Amino acid sequence: MIWLNQLVQGLMLGGYYALLACGLSFMFGVMRIINLAHGSLAVLSAYLLFLLADRYDIHPLLGLVAVVPAMALLGWVLHRLVLERSARAGALLPLLSTFGLATVLDNSMFQVFGADTRSLAPYIDSLSYDSWTLPGGVIVGQLSVLTFVVALALLGGLHLMLARTSLGRRIRAAAHDADTAQLVGVNARSVYAASTAIALTTVAIAGAFLAMRATFDPYTGPQQLIFAFEAVVIGGAGSLWGTLIGGIVLGVAQSLGAQVHSQGFLIAGHTTFLVVLLAREYATGSFRRWLRTLRLRAATP
Amino acid sequence: MNMPSRSTTVRVTRWTSTSIAAVSLIIAAQLLLALGPLFLSANVVDRLTTLFIYGILALMWNALAGYAGLLSVGQQAFFGLGAYAAVRLADFGVSPYLALLLAAAVVGVLSLPISAFMLKLRGGEFAIGMWVLAELLHLLVNLDNLIQGETGTSLIALQRYAADDRRAYTYWAALATMAVLAWLVFVMLRGKIGTAAQAIRDNEEAAGSVGVRVLASKRLIFVLSAFGCAAAGALWVASSITFQPKTYFSVQWTAYMIFMVLVGGIGTYEGPILGAVLFFTIETLFGATGVVYLIGLGATALLFALLLPRGIWGEVERRLGLQLLPVGYRLSDSAGDSPSTR
Amino acid sequence: MSLLKIEALEARHGLLTAVQGISLDIEQGETVALVGANGAGKTTLLRTLAGVHPVAAGRIVFDGQDVSAVPANFRAAAGLALVPEGRKLFSNMTVEENLLVALSAKRAGPWNLATVLEAFPQLKPKLKAAAGTLSGGQQQATAIGRALMTNPRVLLLDEVSLGLSPLAVQGVYDSLRSLMGKGTPQSTTVVLVEQDLQRTFAVADRIVCMLEGKVVASGRSDEMTRDQVMAYYFGHRTPAAPGTSTK
Repeated sequence: MIWLNQLVQGLMLGGYYALLACGLSFMFGVMRIINLAHGSLAVLSAYLLFLLADRYDIHPLLGLVAVVPAMALLGWVLHRLVLERSARAGALLPLLSTFGLATVLDNSMFQVFGADTRSLAPYIDSLSYDSWTLPGGVIVGQLSVLTFVVALALLGGLHLMLARTSLGRRIRAAAHDADTAQLVGVNARSVYAASTAIALTTVAIAGAFLAMRATFDPYTGPQQLIFAFEAVVIGGAGSLWGTLIGGIVLGVAQSLGAQVHSQGFLIAGHTTFLVVLLAREYATGSFRRWLRTLRLRAATP
Repeated sequence: MNMPSRSTTVRVTRWTSTSIAAVSLIIAAQLLLALGPLFLSANVVDRLTTLFIYGILALMWNALAGYAGLLSVGQQAFFGLGAYAAVRLADFGVSPYLALLLAAAVVGVLSLPISAFMLKLRGGEFAIGMWVLAELLHLLVNLDNLIQGETGTSLIALQRYAADDRRAYTYWAALATMAVLAWLVFVMLRGKIGTAAQAIRDNEEAAGSVGVRVLASKRLIFVLSAFGCAAAGALWVASSITFQPKTYFSVQWTAYMIFMVLVGGIGTYEGPILGAVLFFTIETLFGATGVVYLIGLGATALLFALLLPRGIWGEVERRLGLQLLPVGYRLSDSAGDSPSTR
Repeated sequence: MSLLKIEALEARHGLLTAVQGISLDIEQGETVALVGANGAGKTTLLRTLAGVHPVAAGRIVFDGQDVSAVPANFRAAAGLALVPEGRKLFSNMTVEENLLVALSAKRAGPWNLATVLEAFPQLKPKLKAAAGTLSGGQQQATAIGRALMTNPRVLLLDEVSLGLSPLAVQGVYDSLRSLMGKGTPQSTTVVLVEQDLQRTFAVADRIVCMLEGKVVASGRSDEMTRDQVMAYYFGHRTPAAPGTSTK
């Protein structure tokens, strides 16, 4: 039963990873940019929510009402100032500039908030530990379930936005071919900036759930970035629903690994990532095509 | 249309008077530096050792990113492995300074199978893939009983040397390693690998289609970079004696390498060295201010990435056509020198 | 006043000057054909006019406004549309979505989804199909339809017959016929690049011959002969040679 329980925990953890990673996946799908500051931005959101909760007694989920628009605006600014310029110069430069940005963010947060580890768990009453017991003795935390549901909602929302709305059409067109999109009147610059803003709204929400389920400190960002990246790559870069699958695979691998060894959590996760990455490269043509049909794709390329 | 008839003889040259002067100067400087421990204070010797190690790291990261077009956020993997291998070999009874060399060699050899799969990755996947590899290696090294997790251990075998001797030996080892690697890269760039790297950087597919052995060139540079970073790690542990995995496998090292190469000039030969000197100077002056210093580093790297992506030396080269070391080709006609084509 | 004035326009690819000091006046309602061998600079010229290629020197004046530095999407919003060489459809999107995305130009006019489908009825059954699965002729129809959805005042067409079967080409030109009145104010101004000289003479009011980035001849289609145009096409005739018609 231990293994079943771990499997379920891994599944739930996967929901968190999908939530964390969907912004990264979205940005990569639209602009081919990997934002190395992704994790640090989630931590920033966590700190902002912490400030609101600590000073003004605002419940974190309520605090999101203020933090999400703030982060969206930050995303727009970030795009216009940093990402737009970097992307023009090729694929390598966005990695360098976002890495620099992450360094600045992490250390600035240290400067402002200090080294103490924080958490939002004390501010959400019993949600942090309430649970349901499923048949078979499996215990599922209510927060974990909420996280999973929110992840599904965000992924679903992004999918619908891309597939059904005018903005979604423009985003897909610009993602496919920015020049030709411009020819039919799509303002590619604005569309890209909007995409970054959208990605950062998901990051803001992810930051909330990061802080509610666990502790964080100014240097938690890079670790979270790695998990998000692993989830994205395992599921197939650029595929929204693939990120859910990737997150779940990562979560399950980590949870099962934790059972095996004290260091097993991280080792299993990283190993799974590398194995999937390489299996994908070595897989023969027909097998890859078969794998591709299995993966549920959003309309994003 | 008439073409003016003119008999022009175009010569392809590699050495100019500038570069001959520069190379002579560098050789002289290296010889002078070799005399360092004899008349410099202990503190200066230590600091210079650090400078040489930074130089190695900058040179090696630039080789990978600037010449092979492979941006790696995980070279700390080899830095840590090199230090770990040195500690392990010394524990087996190998003489400490021999252990340093052997450690670098072992990691270099190990990087060959690693390259077999990592080089299948491109762009961001390679960059962060290397980072994940570093994290994984960190975790695996922690499992070694000798290391005892994050507690770490020390290169105890170095205790057999008197402090001054140890300092001097480490200094010379670092100087020698940096000099050898720098000359190695220089020779490499002047040869086939140099042109291959240029072609790969400009357009990998096109390069492959005209017969450039893309994968072989990348692999060579990957292994060299691994070897160099491992040597740097081994030298660092010789210098600081203690080995704590967290320090050696930290992504902070990549942050330093990125700073040095970005500011110095990615893809140039002189750039990383300039970057290492600048970084060393900044660290000496501001390192003690703690976090503010790190913010400054990050902000500077960010600004350079946005505004001056060619780095200081890249800009100098572009505007003045100046090249101190003759790694490129120059076209000149009977009239005189024209800007080099690199 | 001309609707589209091109003044000493220059456009480069790296160090190569593809368009060398071209000046051209295009009147409202005209159909102008650009003729020339590959590498003459025709596509570069159209791309520069549309805004997806930078202007190195000179000016583009559209309806009295200097648009030389204006981004492409704003030119489309002003009514200058390009059907690019190779169609360049959004292959990951359906035909309908390809057409609808052009609504981003936000221009009023006779063209909307219904009227475009009337002009290109072969697209009706393919509305929900992915654009990448269409035949060449259908793709070209979609590309032209997409440009029309922006209700352009000037329509630039780059080699619409490229890679299409003769039947498909006929179909495309039949659909275009309604756009290309002969100089009447109600019709859309069209600038097209076409290799097929027969079609060129059939649809164009004016023929402009280009060679190596320059205009070497320009004249009304009913005043020039096929042989003349072919001579300019192959470079056997230059502007200095006798028998050239002037602008």
